[in-house]
Amino acid sequence: MSEGISQPDQPQTLEGHAGDKDLFSKFDDIIAMRQGLLDSGVEDPFNLVMEKVLSPTRAICNGRETILLGTYNYMGMTFDPDVVEAGKQALADFGSGTTGSRVLNGTYQGHKDVEEALKDFYDMDHAMVFSTGYQANLGIISTIAGKGDYIVLDIDSHASIWDGCAMGNAEVVPFKHNDIEAMEKRLRRIPEDAGKLVILEGVYSMLGDVAPLKEMVAVAKKYGAMVLVDEAHSMGFIGEHGRGVVESADVIDDVDFIIGTFSKSVGTVGGFCVSNHPKFDIMRLVCRPYVFTASLPPSVVATACTSIRKLMHGSNKRAHLWENSKNLHKGLKDLGFQLGTDEPQSAIIAVIMPDLQQGAAMWEALIKNGLYVNLARPPATPANMTLLRCSLCAEHSEEEVGEILEIFEKSGKAVGII
Amino acid sequence: MDRAEVDAKIREIAEPFNKKGVTITEDTSFQNDLEFDSLTVMDFVAEIEDEFDIIISMNQQAEIEKYGQLVDAVTKMQAD
Ligand SMILES: Cc1ncc(COP(=O)(O)O)c(C=O)c1O
Repeated sequence: MSEGISQPDQPQTLEGHAGDKDLFSKFDDIIAMRQGLLDSGVEDPFNLVMEKVLSPTRAICNGRETILLGTYNYMGMTFDPDVVEAGKQALADFGSGTTGSRVLNGTYQGHKDVEEALKDFYDMDHAMVFSTGYQANLGIISTIAGKGDYIVLDIDSHASIWDGCAMGNAEVVPFKHNDIEAMEKRLRRIPEDAGKLVILEGVYSMLGDVAPLKEMVAVAKKYGAMVLVDEAHSMGFIGEHGRGVVESADVIDDVDFIIGTFSKSVGTVGGFCVSNHPKFDIMRLVCRPYVFTASLPPSVVATACTSIRKLMHGSNKRAHLWENSKNLHKGLKDLGFQLGTDEPQSAIIAVIMPDLQQGAAMWEALIKNGLYVNLARPPATPANMTLLRCSLCAEHSEEEVGEILEIFEKSGKAVGII
Repeated sequence: MDRAEVDAKIREIAEPFNKKGVTITEDTSFQNDLEFDSLTVMDFVAEIEDEFDIIISMNQQAEIEKYGQLVDAVTKMQAD
C-alpha cells in the first residue's frame, strides 16, 4: 500500500454516466469528499509546502519550523556531504540531464556505476536502474508475467504493483494480507504447467508490518513459482547488510527479483531491480517502462551511487534507527495511542485514529505544534482505517524522539484522542 | 453440482456480506446494489473459491457484474 493519497492502491474503475458530456463528472464524488474535509476548516493535509528544508529531520512547513516524521528518509542521506558533493560534481561534469532513453543516448558512466553499486550491495549478478521505483514494478511485473501466466499477490500491495499487474496480461489472483494459508490455497489451484509469479513486500508501508517471508517464499518455491519481493521500505536498514527482510528472513537466495527505490533510504529518486536470473539482461530490450522514457539525470545517479556505497557501512546508523523506532513505539503505546503493530517491526509506526474527522484534526494539531506525519485515510488504507503514519530517520536524535512524543501527547489531549 | 445447487450455496455464502439485506436476484449488481468494496469482494470471492476449490482471478471477476453471472461462472468452473 502506498502513500495514503485519497485513492486506493488497487485501481478502481470510475464509470461515466450516459448523457454526461464533461469527462470530469466521474470525479464528482471525490471532489465533494475533499471539499467536505476542507469546509470543516482543517489545514489541507495534501497541500503542504516545505518552504525550506533544514536537514533530513527539519523543515519550514507553511511558515513553521517542523520536525519531519513522515518522509521515508530512513537513513538521512539527503544532506550527507559526500552524497551532495557527488551530485554537484556530476552536474558540473555531465550536465543537468541525459535527454534520452537508457537504450539510446541515456546511459552514462554514472548509470553503469550505480548498477555496479547495487550488484555489490545485494551481492547479485544483475542490476537494472529505472527512473522511479514505480516504473521498476510497472516494467518488471508487466513484462515477465504474460498471457496465461498467473500472478499471486498480497491484497495490500503498493499501487505500483497493482498497476504492473493491470498493464500486463497475466491472470491476477490476490490473497488476504500476510496470510500464508490463503496464498498456498491459491497456488495449489493454479494449473501446474502455468507460469507463476508471487509478489510480496518486505515491509508493508501502511501499518509498518513485515511479511512472513521465510514461510511464504518456501510455499512459493514448493509450487514452482518465481518470487518478486519489493523491499522499498527496508533497504539499508533491515538485515545484516541492509538488504531487507529477504536477508533477515534468510531467503535472499530463493528470491528471483528484488525491487527497490532510491526515493527512501537512498535519499534521491530512481528505482531498480536486482536478480541472479541468467537471462535477466534481456529486460533492457523488452521492458517498455525502461525503454520508452528518459534516464535519470547524471547528478541523481551519482548521488544514488555514493549513498548506496555508504549504506553498505551503515551499521551504526542502522542500530540507532532501531533504537528510535523502539522508543517511539513504546512512548506512543504508553501514552495510550493505538498502534498498527504490537511490536515495532520496521521504521514505520502507524498510529490508528478513531475516524477520519479526528484523524484530520489530530494531523492538523500535530502540524501546528511543529510535527509532520503522513495522514493515510480511506479508501487508501487497509480495513478503511485512518492512520497517522510516522517514519523514523536515523538522524532523529534521542531528544528529538522525546520532543515528538511531547507533541503527540499535547495534540492528542487537545483533540481528545487520549 | 447443478446450477440450482451452486446458486443455493453461493446465496448462503453471500448472506453475511449482504449487510443491508438486499433481496438478491439474478440481476443484483455486486457494486451498485450490494455495494461491495474491494476488501469485501476479496473475502467473498475467497469463500467461494474455498467452497468450490476453484480460482476466480481478478480478470474473471472483472467480467462478472451481476449475481446471475457469478452463478453461471462458478457452475461452469466447478464442472471443469
Ligand atoms: C512498496 C513500494 N514500492 C514502490 C514504491 C515506488 O517508489 P518510487 O517512489 O521510487 O516510485 C513505493 C513508494 O513510493 C513503495 O512504497
